[in-house]
Amino acid sequence: MQKDAYPLLEIRNVRKSFPRPDGGALLVLDDIDLTLRDGEVVGLLGRSGSGKSTLLRLIAGLSRPAGGSVNYLGQVVHGPPPGIAMVFQGFALFPWLTVLENVEIGLEALKLPRDEIRRRSLAAIDLIGLDGFESAYPRELSGGMRQRVGFARALVVHPNILLMDEPFSALDVLTAETLRTDFLDLWSEGQLPIKGVILVTHNIEEAVLMCDRVLVFSTNPGRIVTDIKVDLPHPRDRLDPSFRDLVERIYSEMTARPATERAAPRAERFPGVGIGTIMPRVSTNSLSGLLEAIAGAPYDGKAGLPVIAAALHMTVDDLFPIAETLQMLRFAEIEGGDIVLTSEGNAFASAAVDDRKRLFSQHLLMHIDLAAHIRRVLDERPSHRAPRSRFSDEIEDYMSPEAADQTLRAVTDWSRYAEAFAYDDQTGMFSLENP
Amino acid sequence: MTQQIAPISVGGVLRAPLYWDVVAIILVLGVLAFFANASRDLMLPLAELGRHPLSLDPANLPGFAMRTTLRMLAAMALSLLFTFTYATWAAKSRRAEVILIPLLDILQSVPILGFISVTVVYFMSLAPGLVLGAEFAAVFAIFTSQAWNMAFSFYQSLRTVPDELVEASRNFRFGAWMRFWRLDVPFAMPALVWNMMMSMSGGWFFVVASEAISVGDTTVILPGIGSYIATAIAQRDLAAVGYAIGAMLVVILIYDQLLFRPLVAWADRFRFEHEMGAEPPRSWVLTILRRSRLAAWLFGPLGEAWRWSYRFSSPGQRSKTVDSGEIDTGGWRRWIWFATVVLLALLAFYEVALFVMQGVSLAEVSKAAMSGLATMARVFILIAIASAIWVPIGVWIGLRPNLARVAQPVAQFLAAFPANLLFPIAVSGIVVLRLDPNIWLSPLMILGTQWYILFNVIAGASAVPSELRYISSNLHIRGWLWWRRIGLPAVFPFYVTGAITASGGSWNASIVAEAASWGQDKLQAYGLGAYIAEATAAGDFHRIVLGIAVMSAFVIVINRTFWRPLYYYAERKFRLS
Repeated sequence: MQKDAYPLLEIRNVRKSFPRPDGGALLVLDDIDLTLRDGEVVGLLGRSGSGKSTLLRLIAGLSRPAGGSVNYLGQVVHGPPPGIAMVFQGFALFPWLTVLENVEIGLEALKLPRDEIRRRSLAAIDLIGLDGFESAYPRELSGGMRQRVGFARALVVHPNILLMDEPFSALDVLTAETLRTDFLDLWSEGQLPIKGVILVTHNIEEAVLMCDRVLVFSTNPGRIVTDIKVDLPHPRDRLDPSFRDLVERIYSEMTARPATERAAPRAERFPGVGIGTIMPRVSTNSLSGLLEAIAGAPYDGKAGLPVIAAALHMTVDDLFPIAETLQMLRFAEIEGGDIVLTSEGNAFASAAVDDRKRLFSQHLLMHIDLAAHIRRVLDERPSHRAPRSRFSDEIEDYMSPEAADQTLRAVTDWSRYAEAFAYDDQTGMFSLENP
Repeated sequence: MTQQIAPISVGGVLRAPLYWDVVAIILVLGVLAFFANASRDLMLPLAELGRHPLSLDPANLPGFAMRTTLRMLAAMALSLLFTFTYATWAAKSRRAEVILIPLLDILQSVPILGFISVTVVYFMSLAPGLVLGAEFAAVFAIFTSQAWNMAFSFYQSLRTVPDELVEASRNFRFGAWMRFWRLDVPFAMPALVWNMMMSMSGGWFFVVASEAISVGDTTVILPGIGSYIATAIAQRDLAAVGYAIGAMLVVILIYDQLLFRPLVAWADRFRFEHEMGAEPPRSWVLTILRRSRLAAWLFGPLGEAWRWSYRFSSPGQRSKTVDSGEIDTGGWRRWIWFATVVLLALLAFYEVALFVMQGVSLAEVSKAAMSGLATMARVFILIAIASAIWVPIGVWIGLRPNLARVAQPVAQFLAAFPANLLFPIAVSGIVVLRLDPNIWLSPLMILGTQWYILFNVIAGASAVPSELRYISSNLHIRGWLWWRRIGLPAVFPFYVTGAITASGGSWNASIVAEAASWGQDKLQAYGLGAYIAEATAAGDFHRIVLGIAVMSAFVIVINRTFWRPLYYYAERKFRLS
């Protein structure tokens, strides 16, 4: 059979779950279909926790799906296949090897002759713009230069598919942009020895800038919500109206989802935000900061998410948790890519410290069921004390231990600010006493 | 280790002129001659050793020192081998880990000095009549003092290799062998080198103690600094004791300069995170080796050959199935494994109980336990006294960076110096002044181990962030309030680490400290150490094993109920960062 007859990569009905301590399974990816064809750059776009990085690891053969199939050139992927190379978010360079040795190591594992290893490595270093840095150690390099080493190391093995796991998110804005354009130039000039690219990102503009197709993921579990084709010609211009339109469209696509999900009958024992809801760890300072920003001019209580994100120099991943927490607390509503303050939200923004705390406390105990639950237990007990483990055990029925820990920390933070109840980390006890 | 090869990179590293080569060649030849010389006598019959009693002529000392050092090196090589196999097994197999790690924890608590007497007879039976057997026993004793903490550190490093690096190595299809040498070992290197240093420090104590051993009628005297000093004690030759101490000082100094400085400086490149502004450690020996063409010529092919060996390990079947615990590893196999372990444990327990009960009565057990209480009281009192002295001094030094730079290596050096070499001086004093051995022998237990408290506290005080110091002077926090709120909390986690080491070391040292002699005069304090020493001298193996078992039990219980909770408490509450 001809290998060319198969697409580069074909994923059918893939599911992935992780075991939970109580023996159950936590579903992180569900019903994923994806085909990567020759010459395509596909973006996986979603928020943290949408399982997009997990999907990338399934493709790389670093872990196995719980169901469905991952086929690379018509072959089922069992272990890391030759011909799929990866670029990592944290660069994943070996700090004890020089730039040249870091690039060579992938070829060494391929058992090539010594002089070929050297020749190809120097060529890759040359291509990616690292010449002169061969004998430097990673720690001597800036972040951008380190990621170039990451690219050189992946390209030197001449892979068919290049997997990129948020490769630019650890870099500053300018450096990231330089690396993106350099990569796109090499790619469109056909200088890269690769046939297809999969890019994981949570940056909408980055996805629109680089990809031919963008797959938008939902969270908990991760599913592909939409498949958006980007057929703008390269080089793309961020200020071009059609570029902006696409960004806006994806924004509302990503924000439309939480509303539909809440309407779905996955409700817990309590109405609203059940105790099984995973809370992001958002500080009360961020919450009031965003409220104030939206309440103030020029937004006056209503702002487009992309606009406010750009104005505050935040990425989707920074902004969404804050916006969603405001929504859970009923201080704001999110609709169609806009965030709109409720009347209480506006009241909070204009209130003084003590009034803010009172208002926050009311909303916390009314709308966040876990907080209300803890408060109720404390009120009922004669000692007005309860161990943290009592609640972590309870919510671990709904989520992983890490998520439970994060959720409890978030609720503890908010309750401390609201002076709804106290927590002593030494003893691990919640209580009603407030010094 | 492959990474030993100095820069073979293409970056056009400046090759130094010829004289570096000359220095390097001398170093290399010196090492060769050293090995040849010191191992010459291994195959001699044991009787040869006994025939000429050890001469106290100081001219013999360099030769003796060499033999002692070689024993240390051999034990270190063994410990490394053990570390790379045992710890790797524990880290890679969840099933093995369940038993291997607690086992390591227990082994760490067994008094090594008690070991020697038990093992020396066994090893001598392996090579009957040859010096080799006795050498094995000595090397094994030193090994048992070095291996456990190295294995622990390596295991912990293997467990904490960053996920992304693991994924990168799998993505680029490293074989298991290649991954071990390219990822695991380099990542573990800085912690391992530090633990090797600590092990060495402890090792000197035991090499000295293990060179002159008599178990019942069997007397083994291996030429070395330890046996030299034992002879000096028997002959009440205070001058000879002085020579031995001098020789030891020189040996440790050379060891530090030629082996550990270079190792530490070299291991620095494997550090995963670098604090900003920290001066990287340097070593003149390493600089010479790195600049020398000869060293590159010598080590280059070695490194090349090593790399070539990666070719024989394929990415293999193992990497296919590895996953984050999604697949339950066959239930019945796990049960068989656990059943085997439990069965072995029961068998071992039966064996030990039988062995002890054959020779000792229940009264004997309670006698050992009572003397254990006496030793425990000594250890705690000594730790308290040493803490009261060294914590304030350590904090005072640590807050003065210039002073700390000088004092820190001195304290580490003192910790490495085998305190048992100093015992004769103290013991002769006690004999002459007719002091009560129950009190005055005690300080010897902590003589060598108190320095762990000092240098840990210095390290802790140096690590206090300058902002914290500024704010305390800004708020005019002084005197007792300063100590209570800033000084003591800041060094507490470091202090606990030091005190744990000091406490463990003191238990061990009690075996040589509670029973000491000076010529014909024998001094004995009431305690478990003296109990074991006495049983050893009498060759009563039942009581030796009983003594060791009781001491291990004491150490384990104290560690579990006192030191470990204290350590976690300190880590949680006081760790700055």
